[in-house]
Amino acid sequence: MSAPSGPDTRSAGAVGLLLPAALAEAVGGQRLLVLPQRPVSGADIGANPEADAAGSITVAVALDRLREQQPGVYSRICDETGAVRRYVNLYLDGEDIRDLAGQSTVLASGAQLLVLQSIAGG
Amino acid sequence: MDDVPSNLPFNAGSAESSPGPSGASGSSPWLSSTVLAIGTRKGLWLATSSDRVTWELRGPEFAMTEVPSLAFDARSGTPRLLAGVRSEWWGPNVAVSEDLGHTWQEPQEQAIAFPEDTGATLERIWQLRPDTADRPGVVWAGCEPISVFRSEDGGRHFELVRGLWDHPHRPQWGAGYGGPAAHTVLPSPVDDSVHVAISSGGVYRSDDRGDSWDAFNSGIIANFMPQEYPEFGQCVHKVARDAGNPQRLYAQNHGGVYRSDDAGDRWISIADGLPADFGFVMLAHPSRPDTIWTIPLGSAGERNPPQGRPAVYRSTSAGEDWERFDTGLPAYDFNAVLRDAADVDTADPAGIYFGTRGGEVYASADEGETFNLVAANLPDVLCVRAVRT
Repeated sequence: MSAPSGPDTRSAGAVGLLLPAALAEAVGGQRLLVLPQRPVSGADIGANPEADAAGSITVAVALDRLREQQPGVYSRICDETGAVRRYVNLYLDGEDIRDLAGQSTVLASGAQLLVLQSIAGG
Repeated sequence: MDDVPSNLPFNAGSAESSPGPSGASGSSPWLSSTVLAIGTRKGLWLATSSDRVTWELRGPEFAMTEVPSLAFDARSGTPRLLAGVRSEWWGPNVAVSEDLGHTWQEPQEQAIAFPEDTGATLERIWQLRPDTADRPGVVWAGCEPISVFRSEDGGRHFELVRGLWDHPHRPQWGAGYGGPAAHTVLPSPVDDSVHVAISSGGVYRSDDRGDSWDAFNSGIIANFMPQEYPEFGQCVHKVARDAGNPQRLYAQNHGGVYRSDDAGDRWISIADGLPADFGFVMLAHPSRPDTIWTIPLGSAGERNPPQGRPAVYRSTSAGEDWERFDTGLPAYDFNAVLRDAADVDTADPAGIYFGTRGGEVYASADEGETFNLVAANLPDVLCVRAVRT
């Protein structure tokens, strides 16, 4: 899937969320949601040594920002415990975050997180 | 919490291809009509009829979304339709329609969500139940995992009923085949009591609007447990309240059909006269005392119409005797009718409705004596609800 046109997350120093069409409908058809960069606190990066103060955040922090910015989209991606729903997959550079460090996976400034629904269903 | 027009992924509906409430003729086809909402494993259909014999069907709304619970809330005039919807991808929510299912609104965040301290995740909304007319904003929800929620704003936002969630029996409640759920909520029309039916936990009653709860299963067998008559743990499938006596309840169980004349203090069997005591459905007439319907299935090991011959059974004597009715039903059908896939309307004579796991929906305009086909070849029917408009 190629990145749709939209705000440049790299120049903005933020991270982006690429939405599937079903979720993009909730935000006026916008496929790329930019989650603005904020000062990164120790609480944001937790104990993960790969995160740094130069703009990297964890997936968990990105999802928290999504909850603030687009609660309707967030509640479809994550349940009320904060877990990514069973049949929703988040990819970073082609890798499912479940195969990386889950929500502790570090997103460098400018990274884009691809949201896809799984093929589950009958 | 803001409501938003339902452009969220649940609603990939067919409103554009459907006639609007004003219809092509310019007159309202909804005048003096019956609307039947049909929730299935993959979407919602709506059928409309002026005579409850011939039906016009439209749908699906909520494509690829399960609709396990529906409720018409007619307490304030124009009926509002509430739908407990559940996407395998995007989770559950409550959608509300103010125009009989033509357009929908959903809260941005889940209308029903477990508080953070519970660590629980809402799986499915099994029951949506508007309270009585003197409590106009109150709507109850029975959910999976086993829990009850209550809304004070007409169903837009619900709060967990802590008294039941914190009940000491909860760790010992089991799961029915369909999942662990509080699938029935019955608020009393005359006092502060509320009954809840749990699969598999049994019947519980609160006398203080949900603050505290006790098990009321005396006389109900649980032949799948080592102790046949435990205090709780029974697998009750549906409970209905008598129209004339609010203390009189009827229960269809996982083996056993019962009546209580004292709000659940003691249950007695009313299964004599039925071909089987297994089934999911229990309906009570909306205004005539002692009149109830059930749809038996063969047994716990044979969850189909007995011998493949579907029939509706009616009692006008509070279960003392039963009449069989099958006119208009297939001679041969091996599809079950689930607990909320049946309803009774408020007309006189009352209409009876039910849908099967084979995707057929039937309606009776004469209190269950004869049936007409409303729809066929739908996905598994999970719930039906009727309203007169």
